[in-house]
Parts: sequence; structure tokens; C-alpha cells
Amino acid sequence: MTAINSIAVDAFSTSAEGQNHSDTALLQVRGLSHHYSLPRTRLLGPRPRLAALHGVDFDLQAGRSLGVVGESGSGKSTLARLVMALDTPSAGSVRLLGRDLHRLPAAALRAARRDFQMVFQDPYASLDPRQRVGRIVAEPLQTLGATRQQQHERAAQALAEVGLRAGDAHKYPHEFSGGQRQRIAIARALVSRPRLIVADEPVSALDVSVQAQVLNLLQDLQQQHGMSLLLISHDLAVVSHLCDEVLVLYQGRVVERGTPGQLFSSPRHPYTQALVQAAPRLL
Amino acid sequence: MPVLEVSRLTIALPTARGMVQAVHDLDLTLARGQTLGIIGESGCGKSLTALALMGLLPDGARASGSIRLCGQELIGLDDAALCHLRGNRMAMVFQEPMTTLNPVHSIGRQVAEPLRLHQGLSARQARAQAVALLERVGIAGAGARLDAYPHQFSGGQRQRICIAMALACGPELLIADEPTTALDVTLQRQILQLLAGLVAEQGMALVLISHDLGVIAEHVQHTLVMYGGTVVEAGPTQAVFARLAHPYTQGLLAARPHLGGTRGAHARLPTIAGSVPELAQLPPGCPFAGRCPHTEDACHAALPRAVELGGGHTARCIRLQDAP
Repeated sequence: MTAINSIAVDAFSTSAEGQNHSDTALLQVRGLSHHYSLPRTRLLGPRPRLAALHGVDFDLQAGRSLGVVGESGSGKSTLARLVMALDTPSAGSVRLLGRDLHRLPAAALRAARRDFQMVFQDPYASLDPRQRVGRIVAEPLQTLGATRQQQHERAAQALAEVGLRAGDAHKYPHEFSGGQRQRIAIARALVSRPRLIVADEPVSALDVSVQAQVLNLLQDLQQQHGMSLLLISHDLAVVSHLCDEVLVLYQGRVVERGTPGQLFSSPRHPYTQALVQAAPRLL
Repeated sequence: MPVLEVSRLTIALPTARGMVQAVHDLDLTLARGQTLGIIGESGCGKSLTALALMGLLPDGARASGSIRLCGQELIGLDDAALCHLRGNRMAMVFQEPMTTLNPVHSIGRQVAEPLRLHQGLSARQARAQAVALLERVGIAGAGARLDAYPHQFSGGQRQRICIAMALACGPELLIADEPTTALDVTLQRQILQLLAGLVAEQGMALVLISHDLGVIAEHVQHTLVMYGGTVVEAGPTQAVFARLAHPYTQGLLAARPHLGGTRGAHARLPTIAGSVPELAQLPPGCPFAGRCPHTEDACHAALPRAVELGGGHTARCIRLQDAP
């Protein structure tokens, strides 16, 4: 228990800076743009550029959830990768707890990563098939200098929080169903007690009945731990169920934002209107 | 004569634990111009049913019962005879257009292939026909794009090309297995409307497989709900969604977050307890017993018979059996 407390104290010290900024948002994204260079079309010609994201601004307050919807190619996943500091933006900044993630030195960024974690779409691809679940879940703690004993305890705790048994830590990912694997991925994201979870299409690979279980889990965890959630999805129903606010991305720009209620009862941008109309309805 | 008549179709699959029954006693009938949807979660046997209809079951799998296409029995037919039917009188559209299309052949060649193979058209005739087909499925400027390769098209266009290929020989039966799962919501509706339009125009029979209740509810006349290899509820789509006779159908519908639903933004979704059972570990009675909130001892004893609820609507649940 003392071991767990000591990690918790560490966690507090890294987020201390965030406490001073309690009046500002947990995550501040300003003027975020990103372009990809495409292969040359002529031998000596310039490389054409594809603007994937164009001047995106938003704030996410602590404990709130923000949904991002858009079609494929709209820049949703690029946004997630930039917020997670997996790519460097062409312009703009991402500030988490007051720190500009893209200007942090590598070591400081690695240490800061405990505050923001990601859940990926496909739990069949995001878990290493050769590692036991306990090790997969504890991996974020390794870079933070936790002892083996602490890693075990925290992994067991995280597994319990997502509704898996402690004995599951000794199994391999292939022994679990899709929904259980997504729970493992969520446990891995939780283990470092992050302030922000970025989930990129977390339920689109899951069956309907399992999807509901995972959505409820995300919602419970968010409420219990006061985490913020950035949820990326193509499914309006999922976003409107889970999020306080929604951004609609279209061709790399935010074309509309608002609460799910506003957006879906009276969509203003033609693309949002098309999205709302296209959502299948039951009889 | 119905286009498709399936009775007592049972499919056994080889697994590490011996042969398991992946589909159990499936019956369905489909006339010209009719559309049928199959809903279920992964592992319920919906895709295997589609593969069995096409004679494309994996090695070692055994189908028994009867599948009749316009009166011709397909089970036990040899490969050569099946090859003659596939792509000709019955065709299939798969989930992933990028893996269905061959990346090293131009789309013109791929759409023309069934025409040359089954109808013996010359290269020139087949090419002309391919242009007409691609235009029908909404590929703009098809004549100029015939020599383009699949990677030069977007996801939605590729799925349209796959549909053009499937339609080439004017099949009597079209099977679409999750045709829009890999596509955006805005494209989904366009593709489903295209399929519906083609069915109406050519009088094909359509089997649409999906895990998405919304897709099924909006686009087909008849619905089968499958769970654990068994059809637990079947009937006209309107009746199935109005009555939701089987607890599994009720659970599926309730678990789905819906847009602008009546519940508050932060209410919990009702879930179905547990997870989909492994085929090898299916309970002996009702496959849904154990996960079902109304499970009684009798549920574990034997598979409930399909109870007729009127108007061709049937469901397998002992609670309905008791009702007068």
C-alpha cells in the first residue's frame, strides 16, 4: 500500500504544475495544423502536401469529455496523434496542464506521458501477443521508475477497475474476447493515473452488446477518477451518449461545435446535417 | 418457385476441440425481389451461412440440410458446378472492398471478368458492358476510368466497383456481407440505397448481413436474428422490431446508444451480461440461457421450438411457448 502511495505522491508532484493552472483548461489546443508530404509526382518537382488538419482550437476542462466526429480523412486520427505527441504538428500548440507537449525535451515528454494515455481502436492489434497481460498493463509504469512490486500492485488494481480478475494478469491476450481485450487496453491506459484519456474509435471493433459494456466502463471510470476524455468516433450515437461537447471535423477544419443536444437537434453546417440524416434509425 | 430455399441447414466446423456446430437448423425462403437481413454478433454464424450459400465454406467444414437455388440443390454439388453458378447466378459483396479487388488488375478487367467467363463475351463486348455497369453503380466517367487500378478509387467507389462485379451477370441471388461496415456513415446510406434500387430494378433476391440493427431495420423486408448459430427470431422486419419477442433481440436493441434518445446524456446503457459464448461451449438448451435476464431451469434443458407469433413472425423462447 505504501508503494502505491509513493507512486501517487509522484503523480501529484508531476501534476502540481497543473494545480496552479486550475483556472485554465486541462488541455488547450491552439491553431493546430498538420500536413503530410505526398510522394513527388514529377522527378524534380516539389512534394505535394496534404493538409490533414487546419487551425483547430479547443479547450477541454478537467473531468469533462469532448467528442470528435468526422468521416475518414477528416483529420480525426491526426488530431489524436498530435494531442498524444506521437507526431509533431506543422503549426500550433497542444498544452496539457500548462506545458506545451511539442516543446518538451524528450525525457520530460516521456515523464509527462503518465498524464495522458491512449486507447486504440483495434484491441487485436494494440496488445502485444507475446506479452502477458500483467506486463502489458504495467508497461507505462516502467519508464516512470516504479519497482516490480509496485508495477504488480498497480496492474492488479487497474485490472480490477476494468472488471477483470487478478489471475488474468498471467494470461496472454489471445485468451480473451474482443471486449475483454479492450478492457485490458483501458487498464493499460489507467495504470499511470492519467488526467486525460484519448480514445480513438474505442468501440467500433466491438459487438453491440459488448460495446455497451465498454462505453459504460469508460463513463464510470471518467466519473470516478475525474479524468478528461477525448473521444474520437465516426458514430454520432456513441459520441452523443458519452460526451459533454462535440466537435465536427470536416476536411481538417472544425465546422461546428456544441453540446450533443444542440448539434443533433439543430445541426447548422451542411456536413453535420448530412451526418445526422445518415445515421440509421430504428423503425 | 422461390429463388432461395434453405431448410435445416446445419454447418459443422473443425476446431481444436473437435467438430462443433456453428449453424443449427436454419430455414429461410426468399422469392424474387425480396430482401432478407441477418443480424447477429461475431460468432453467431451469420457469415458462415453466407459462405455456405455460396459454397465457399472453409476446408473441413461440413454443411448438411438443403440449399436450393431456383430449385437446384447446392449441397453436395462439386466445385466445377459451383464455379459455374458463382458470379453468374449468385454473387456476393464482401465487407472490405480493398481486399476483394485485385490490386494488380485494372477495374475494367475485373468487372469484365465474370462476363467473359460466364457469358463468353469478347473482350470488346465485355468492356462496353463493364462501362455500363460501372455507370449504373455511380462511378462517374466510367469509360475513362476503366484502366485505373483499385488504389486510385476511394473506399465508397471501391465498394461500388465490387457491386458492379457482383451484378455483371445479372444474378438471381445477391449476398452482401457487411457491405458498409468499412465505410463512413454518409456513404453507408448511399450504398444501401444503391443495393435497394438494383434489387427493385432487376428483381434479384438480396441477403444483407449486418451487425447494425439500424441498417437492417431500414433496408430489408424480412429479418433473421441469429445467436450462437441458431435463428432465435425471424419475421417481417416491421413485426420483429415492433414486438421484439426474443430477450436477445430486446437486449441488442437496448444496448445500442441512440441519437437524440430519451435517456439523459449520462445515463448508463443497459447491457447484456456476460459475453458471446464460444461455439464449442454452447449450452445444451437455449443458446442465450445464462446471459438472459429471464433464465429458468427449463431453458438449459432443450432448445425451445420456434413459436409462431402470427404473420410469419417466429421466436424461440420458452416464455412464448407458455403463452396461450
